Amino acid sequence: MAKIKYHMLVCGGTGCQASKSEEILKNFQDLINTKGLENEVQVIKTGCFGFCEKGPIVKMMPDNTFYTQVKPEDCAEILEEHIIKGRRVHRLLYQDPETGEYKSDSKHMGFYKKQIRIALRNCGFINPENIDEYIARDGYQALGKVLTELTPEGTIEILKKSGLRGRGGGGFPTGLKWEITRAVKADQKYVVCNADEGDPGAFMDRSVLEGDPHTVLEAMAINGYCTGADKGVIYIRAEYPLAVERLKIAMKQARESGLLGKDILGTGFNFDIEIRYGAGAFVCGEETALIHSMEGLRGEPTVKPPFPSESGFLGKPTNVNNVETYANIPAIILKGADWYASIGTEKSKGTKVFALAGKINNVGLIEVPMGITLREIIFEIGGGIKNDRKFKAVQTGGPSGGMLTEKDLDTPIDYDNLIAAGSMMGSGGMIVMDEDDCMVAMAKFYLEFTVEESCGKCSPCRIGNKRLFEMLEKVTQGHAVMEDLDKLRNLSHVIKDTSLCGLGQTSPNPVLSSMANFYHEYLEHVGDKKCRAGSCKSLMQYIIIPENCIGCTLCARNCPVDAISGERKQVHLIDQEKCIKCGACMEKCKFNAIFIK
Amino acid sequence: MEMVKLTIDGKPVEVEKDTTILKAAKTIGIDIPTLCYFQLKDMNIENRPGGCRICVVEVVGRRNLAPACSTNVAKDMVINTHSIRVLNARRTVLELILSDHPAECLTCAKSGSCELQTMAQQLGVRELPYQGEQSTYRKDTSPAIIRDVDKCIMCRRCEMMCNDVQTVGALSAVNRGFMAVVAPAFEMNLEKSPCTYCGQCVSVCPTGALTEVDHSRNVINSLADPTKTVVVQTAPAVRAALGEEFGLAPGTLVTGKMVAALRRLGFNYVFDTDFAADLTIMEEGSELLDRLTRYLKGDQNVKLPILTSCCPGWVNFFEHNFPDLMDVPSTAKSPQQMFGPIAKEYFGKKLGIDRKNMIVVSIMPCLAKKYECQRDEFKVNGDPDVNFSLSTRELAQLIKLANIDFNSLPDEDFDNPLGESTGAGVIFANTGGVIEAACRTAYELYTGKKLEKVEFNELRGLESIRHATLDFNGLPIKIGIAHGLGNARKLLEDVRAGKSQFHAIEIMACPGGCIGGGGQPFHHGDSEIIKKRAAAIYREDVGKPIRKSHENPFIIELYKEFLGKPLSEKSHHLLHTHYFDKSQGTFVEE
Amino acid sequence: MEKIKSLADLKKMQETLRAKIDLREKSNNPDSRIQVKVAMATCGIASGAKEVMEVFIDEFTKRNIDAVVTQTGCMGYCYAEPTVEITKPGNEPITFGYVDVKKAIRIIDKYVLNNELVDGIIPVNYETIENK
Repeated sequence: MAKIKYHMLVCGGTGCQASKSEEILKNFQDLINTKGLENEVQVIKTGCFGFCEKGPIVKMMPDNTFYTQVKPEDCAEILEEHIIKGRRVHRLLYQDPETGEYKSDSKHMGFYKKQIRIALRNCGFINPENIDEYIARDGYQALGKVLTELTPEGTIEILKKSGLRGRGGGGFPTGLKWEITRAVKADQKYVVCNADEGDPGAFMDRSVLEGDPHTVLEAMAINGYCTGADKGVIYIRAEYPLAVERLKIAMKQARESGLLGKDILGTGFNFDIEIRYGAGAFVCGEETALIHSMEGLRGEPTVKPPFPSESGFLGKPTNVNNVETYANIPAIILKGADWYASIGTEKSKGTKVFALAGKINNVGLIEVPMGITLREIIFEIGGGIKNDRKFKAVQTGGPSGGMLTEKDLDTPIDYDNLIAAGSMMGSGGMIVMDEDDCMVAMAKFYLEFTVEESCGKCSPCRIGNKRLFEMLEKVTQGHAVMEDLDKLRNLSHVIKDTSLCGLGQTSPNPVLSSMANFYHEYLEHVGDKKCRAGSCKSLMQYIIIPENCIGCTLCARNCPVDAISGERKQVHLIDQEKCIKCGACMEKCKFNAIFIK
Repeated sequence: MEMVKLTIDGKPVEVEKDTTILKAAKTIGIDIPTLCYFQLKDMNIENRPGGCRICVVEVVGRRNLAPACSTNVAKDMVINTHSIRVLNARRTVLELILSDHPAECLTCAKSGSCELQTMAQQLGVRELPYQGEQSTYRKDTSPAIIRDVDKCIMCRRCEMMCNDVQTVGALSAVNRGFMAVVAPAFEMNLEKSPCTYCGQCVSVCPTGALTEVDHSRNVINSLADPTKTVVVQTAPAVRAALGEEFGLAPGTLVTGKMVAALRRLGFNYVFDTDFAADLTIMEEGSELLDRLTRYLKGDQNVKLPILTSCCPGWVNFFEHNFPDLMDVPSTAKSPQQMFGPIAKEYFGKKLGIDRKNMIVVSIMPCLAKKYECQRDEFKVNGDPDVNFSLSTRELAQLIKLANIDFNSLPDEDFDNPLGESTGAGVIFANTGGVIEAACRTAYELYTGKKLEKVEFNELRGLESIRHATLDFNGLPIKIGIAHGLGNARKLLEDVRAGKSQFHAIEIMACPGGCIGGGGQPFHHGDSEIIKKRAAAIYREDVGKPIRKSHENPFIIELYKEFLGKPLSEKSHHLLHTHYFDKSQGTFVEE
Repeated sequence: MEKIKSLADLKKMQETLRAKIDLREKSNNPDSRIQVKVAMATCGIASGAKEVMEVFIDEFTKRNIDAVVTQTGCMGYCYAEPTVEITKPGNEPITFGYVDVKKAIRIIDKYVLNNELVDGIIPVNYETIENK
């Protein structure tokens, strides 16, 4: 029998699936069957590679060739050229945006160079629907080690020593959290996996679940052993169908292999997991709201204490951790606390997964060591700003975070430095803005999200955020007065000071941080009625230059609201009251007689 | 008990561990303002979602402000309840709430007793710096309750009452963010929901978001119509609370003034629902004895326990939730609905008044009564036995409207014959009162002996579920009592499971019974008011010359002249009813 | 699926399963392993490169040698096909010409395992494809 010589890894993450990666998989398989290469080439559907900007990704092993933006019709060529003739398909290789060079190997791509993959170690490498591949990569060995060689206290000690902090946003030390839950006495306890990723633009948890579901199951079982729980619940948003499906497959396989259920690995430890669905409410990322939602109640937070560690799911002590936190744990157990603690900064250990988005060349998912600078992330991994525009700011921490600017580019990223810089780690969303982004509009964008996502329970968040949004709208429309800026600031502080949960306590951050860093833009909007980024439509004026206008009437005829007047062969005039700023006149004018002020 | 020492506004205070900041402050005379927080002390009713954020205080060392209502004290805490930071935050939060509240105080039904209005005054809000869109919703009018949730401030008190206390589940928070509001599921009409019209939501609503359907205008029109004979009946609980609307101390009995006021309003006859309560005892008590006797004889068809049926909220509740147990409650109508046919078919006929020309108005501590009198089975050819039911609050409004100086009114007596009542009829107002009244009569009828001491103290009190065994001449009669529908549900579940050990159970939908009814003057969470009303009712009982229903001379005459005897055919026709399965089309718990 | 009854079972299972992803595991870190590139263009295949590649793969598996075998396109030595380029960690790549099944085994025995050179080395006068 011939031996498999090639592994073709095709990304089966949600992003790549949306660009037909399923079809690519099928095409490859069909072609392989027709050519009788079943025994030489194996096609594997993997989780996300992270480089979503250029998906769908196909990676050829063993030569590590990294094909980007593959289309279903490219499959024949790849098979013919790469597999049969041994030649790379040049046009599908990644092209470095700076040098224009083609990079064949992902190792040499800037995107991957600075990454350290711990949580994502199996993503884009194994078939997430096959437990064998996970086991082959040391899967469930950490659980085995914990159950046979370590005590719960010993395991918690390792986590504490590793310095792992909650990756969901809060950054609470994971080992300490487990220790607190462990210390509570109860007949029943639960461990929960928070997979209700709600930050706009963030998808690290989804990628882990899609690419490596077993690692979460394994870590939850370890958590159960340490805290004294025999039941685990994964709370996942129903909008993640692929992640749900892969989780279900993984749970079935784990149960059949005896890695979930009764008497795991013959140690007498029982642990099983069920899935509960969320409707994708941002606030349900908050522990207490999440627990209420799991109980079938309205997804609303309650005042803490009591903390879930005392009274959580169904009133029982409950330990909630986020997906990414879990994904780190098996690696820490197997490689040791010292290894993990050797990565990162003094108070923030290990790596962090970020979802890079916005005006950046390499949009995607990256895992980097704590302590890396924003500059490295944006300009090396992210490949710099799109279309060579100038970098303006980066929003970390999603709608709860703040804007970091030029001056913060060389700050090593960790929990504490980000807070000191006026933002926060959050769950890892990172949105890059360039000079064409208006900072007031950005703050408004985030407030719009918060207004949508507030649960409505407490007054400052329910009404205050709405009022903040309305005031920002006033600013962007040029209707605000100076006094409004003071109100904006006062209201922001009161909302932070009085809101019930983390959502409201952080929702004004984009306003405060944009005011701190770009107050001049606010002043320009209010005082000069000007938006320097040119993104606030209401503040734009289309003006006809009399010298250039020959009176051809083309603009007037194309204006949808009859805002342009003027006789034939006479200079035309735009009525600013009527103008809706659609830009049709400027587009039609053949004499460059119209400009935007 | 472990004690904790802390400092509030510079004053040292020592309280038990697990005390909230709010309560700790109260012990040293610091009254932190609250809005969503609500408590009926000793009645196991508390609402503290920590949602309004009015009660925030500064805990030194804490990053953000803490809600005093739901934050427990801790050792060495230093708390400021009125620092600049707190005052600014508190006022801003209130300004926000007001910015999403219709400024309709001048015409709002709740004006004057609105807690939001009071708070705005207390915090000295003089302008609304934050203005913008207001959340608006469809207005929903049911037979008893109006929902105008534009005025909802999401305090969640009604939700707590409806779900936690009453376990009715008609109201809960819907929508998210700015549009979040308390409403029936899918924002359907209350009428289509499992609502029992108990009115507890209305009685705790701090604003005008939940109010009763106002029938006083219909009553004014009837009074002005010379072709109509207008008869009024007043429920027992009204006389113990009406005075509160005129500034009298809670627990002041105003029976005589109330009668005088009604007469001045122009009612042709001022009667007492207590008379009908005595009648209820005759029927319901006889039914109890009948079932009991047959049961003791081994009749397999007899269902025990028998459940009282004079509370319309409770009737709605079991029609919705326990349709399988509809043969368990007594078939006796409620006093309000017994009064109607007696007024129209007996009293009216005696005077030669056609029932079409007679208007029967009831004054009730209750909102479910508004619905009850509109039920089809209580109408003859479309003419309702009781035309209009007004709440205690509406009566007060009516009295004020007629320029009557209530407090200076002389005491007057009810008219006869339907105005005469016994102490047994009076105590219907309190939880345990109906069953006590029934026992006074049943004891004497069953044993043939005279009851020496009419008070059954073992049946009294405010405990949510009570039980007592009475000695009926050697026969132990087991009585169960529940007030609040959630407590009733517990007893009903036992009946359903065949585990109930009681012979008779009294149920009142409202905490405390009718004295705490949804139509009573607002108590604003002061359970002392409810207790004082209860005490007043028992005082009224003691003051009555006759204290057993079957000794009411006019009741005796009514039977002699008209009904024959309890449970007679005529009684069945006029004084008994049947129930309907309402579980369909509404949401029933699994 | 059979239940895994103990940690020892799990470890045993992993040993077996590891082979399945070996190819990926190795290529994930190619610089630390022996890399064998078989030229497999038309000329190479015509001269038996396919068989040669299989021999390498089979022998490495049999002898448990940590190596990555890949195919490349024509290296430009069509006269000497099949050609095989071997890179040992830390060493310059060496290209062997006229490799047949027998010679492949000799290359493994001598060069791969014992660092002894085998005849038929083609002098390197080009940059490797990968570094181009």
